[in-house]
Amino acid sequence: MKRTVPLMIVMVGGILMMIQYFIPHQYSQVVFDNYTEWAPIVGAFALLLGVGSLTRVHSHRIKRKAPNWPYSWAVLIPLFGMPFLALIWPESLWGGSDSPSVFHFLFMNIQVPIQSTMFSLLAFYIASAAFRAFRAKSALATVLLLSAVIVMLAQVPIGEIFGPWLQNTGLWILRYPNLAAKRAIMLGVGFGILATNLKIIFGVERNWLGGAGE
Amino acid sequence: MRKDWIMLPAVLILLMFPALTIAQPAEVVAEDSVENLTPIADSLSAEVPEDSVLAGGTDLRPVGREPLEEPGTVLLPPGMVTVADHPNDAGDQLIVVFEPSLSDEGLFAHAVYRREVGQGDDAWALVEVIPAGEPNEFVDGFDPDYPVEPGVQYEYMVAAQDLDGNEYQGPVSRAEITAMGEFYHTGKTRVLFAGGLFIFLIFYYFGRAQRGAKMYLRPIAGIDAVDEAIGRATEMGKPILYVPGLSSISDVATIASLTILGRVAKKIAQYGTPLMVPNRDPIVYTVADECVKQAYLEAGRPDAYDPDSVFFLTTSQFAFVAGVNGIMMREKPATNFYLGMFWAESLLLAETGSLSGAIQIAGTDAVTQLPFFITTCDYTLIGEELYAASAYLGREPKQIGAVKGQDACKAIIMGFITLALILGILDLTAGTHTLDWLRQIVTMPVVD
Repeated sequence: MKRTVPLMIVMVGGILMMIQYFIPHQYSQVVFDNYTEWAPIVGAFALLLGVGSLTRVHSHRIKRKAPNWPYSWAVLIPLFGMPFLALIWPESLWGGSDSPSVFHFLFMNIQVPIQSTMFSLLAFYIASAAFRAFRAKSALATVLLLSAVIVMLAQVPIGEIFGPWLQNTGLWILRYPNLAAKRAIMLGVGFGILATNLKIIFGVERNWLGGAGE
Repeated sequence: MRKDWIMLPAVLILLMFPALTIAQPAEVVAEDSVENLTPIADSLSAEVPEDSVLAGGTDLRPVGREPLEEPGTVLLPPGMVTVADHPNDAGDQLIVVFEPSLSDEGLFAHAVYRREVGQGDDAWALVEVIPAGEPNEFVDGFDPDYPVEPGVQYEYMVAAQDLDGNEYQGPVSRAEITAMGEFYHTGKTRVLFAGGLFIFLIFYYFGRAQRGAKMYLRPIAGIDAVDEAIGRATEMGKPILYVPGLSSISDVATIASLTILGRVAKKIAQYGTPLMVPNRDPIVYTVADECVKQAYLEAGRPDAYDPDSVFFLTTSQFAFVAGVNGIMMREKPATNFYLGMFWAESLLLAETGSLSGAIQIAGTDAVTQLPFFITTCDYTLIGEELYAASAYLGREPKQIGAVKGQDACKAIIMGFITLALILGILDLTAGTHTLDWLRQIVTMPVVD
């Protein structure tokens, strides 16, 4: 019963959604809209479970004095402190309505810079990964290196000094070999998604219920 | 009678116009004309009765002054409006075609008004403004402020607008039909056919697999390496990190990742190796938690299950990356799995994992992230391999049948591509148009 009911819900819902795709009538649209409106509602409740999980994990770490346990305070204090500031103390830092609230101040001056820093690291990581990927250790790796150099030079203004052939070659690499490979992957992905959906709808794949499907 | 009452003030204003233009400087008059004439024209448009001269399509001048630049220029009003139901919709669209104004000079746009049959003159709503020279046809119902209701009969009226905002209104046309929703989208017949064929092939191979037919699956290095990666972590006594992507549960890649997690967790439970599963999406967290818990139960090691092994981190993309990278650098897991949907964080995660010295197995259907994983990870499941991984790990007949069904569909597509290639070469060399025939078969004209 614990498995049959969810399987039936998924099967009926999945088949309904498949049929709905071919029915443009307003009744069909209403069903679809109602169905999709449920997702955010479920998500809102699940967020509470997520916060509960985070709190539990870090409380245990502090309680057990696990390695690096003080970092757990760095998670828990902002986790509850920020909503507290936003809801209970929505006032500005220095009073009045001209200056930002404490929550806004902390968000803009701590969280935003930290997130920007994380994203900025990507530039250095790309350079590091490119260095590793473009080592010409074999014939294929050399082809990759040459293609990458041509495509990169074709995208930047300095590439113009080599003449139009470079840009044309770069475009050709992007439009033909590169796009062909991308389309092949996307075609496979499309079939994979369809097959996975069918397996879930018809109960062949049951791991999502919890367990290995036996 | 009513027509006469409308005409009387109009004639009076027209008579006053020359006197005003003489009394005022030309620039002031020009400003005044722009500011004041439009409301007058609008008010006229709201007072068009069905039985009026306008309704009959007679050329009626607006209650306003003549354009200063070209005195005496009068636009011919547009003609009748024809309305048809839009096919393959929810009954909320109508195709409106009108006879445009025959005046070319001075025509700025056509304004299309709509009201329900039986409503008053105040009910006219401007639903579309079509610039001069544009096609005299549009689909009504796109504007959410003026939706077309199914089963409701409407009246339309089109007015020609000149550069000064004066409107020359055409007749009121009653739509003979109402918007109706259809129960089948005729433009999706090809999708239905292709989908039906695909489902048939999947079930055909399900059946074959269940009857015991031997099916060959080509080995995938990334999947073969799962056991080795788990064994390595066990030998080193270090944990295994499994990131099920950053997308929501509605993403099929996430579901595929969770099915793999169930199988990987079962092997991990058998070895007794610590597992860490950080999650970005709270719903994915709850499903992942259930998957791991059940896997430990099925492995006969429910006591080894650690409730803190599957945990939620944050919904923020880069905060999640910071958290997972911190775990990698502090806990030094021996094996990292990145399976699911990833965006810009893919390289940040995989490069940090590479620096920490872990063996890394990645898999995603995000084409743009694949190069990053291929560069930094030891094994990468490319695109559909992510979806096939569950079948490879489980080796259940039905799962393998689904993979073979996918292969059969790909074979059909490859057949079409090969045929198109041959026909394309034939067309180029012989000057024929045989490729059009194939294009008509596979091209999808209407898909919303």
